[in-house]
Amino acid sequence: MSTFDKVADIISETSEISREEITPESHTIDDLGIDSLDFLDIVFAIDKEFGIKIPLETWTQEVNDGKASTAEYFVMKNLCGKIDELVTAKA
Amino acid sequence: MQLEYFQMIDRISAVDLDTKVLNAHSTVPDESTVFEGHFPGHPLVPGVLMIETMAQASGILIMHTINFEKIPLLAGVKEGKMRDFVGPKTELEIKAEIEHEGSGFAVTRAEIRADGKRVANAQLTFTIKPFPSPDLQETIKAQVADMKKSG
Repeated sequence: MSTFDKVADIISETSEISREEITPESHTIDDLGIDSLDFLDIVFAIDKEFGIKIPLETWTQEVNDGKASTAEYFVMKNLCGKIDELVTAKA
Repeated sequence: MQLEYFQMIDRISAVDLDTKVLNAHSTVPDESTVFEGHFPGHPLVPGVLMIETMAQASGILIMHTINFEKIPLLAGVKEGKMRDFVGPKTELEIKAEIEHEGSGFAVTRAEIRADGKRVANAQLTFTIKPFPSPDLQETIKAQVADMKKSG
């Protein structure tokens, strides 16, 4: 199962978003409407599933400081790319 | 334990940062204005205050892991179960354990026992934020130090 499929399954199981709605181009906040609490649950599940620690504080700070756009971290295909990088770095 | 002031933890007997477990104790007061309404003539600790008790034990544990540099705030309650009624004078043993330390959040499992029997348990999620003021940070550190002295 691909990283995208795993993450999409987690999102649909954790929130009320149907699996069919979630595409690689979906912005988890702007398109899927995931709020901050659901996002914590999703990150918790991703951390456990992949054995990583998503640096959510750093990402949020970079967005707040204007150093990154939300799309860089929170569009599904980009989020999955970051997860893959974290998994590779951990190996 | 002073229900009106949300002071739910009397004593902290152990904080193990290797296993990330905290043990604490509290005694439900004999009288409280909370019992006047919950319920007249049949005093019971409200379930929300049982959750609060587990949240405070968890929060204190999380603060130990981050050297009291930030404050954990309750953000989610899952699998919260109130397994038995708890009334005045009950001696409570509270245990909190960190299940996951995320970036800017943490997840714990906590339980309360009375006379060895589990009376409540829950999985709790906390978002971890900067203290809104240095005064609050110092106040909480002092309160926790007092709880540990009593433990």
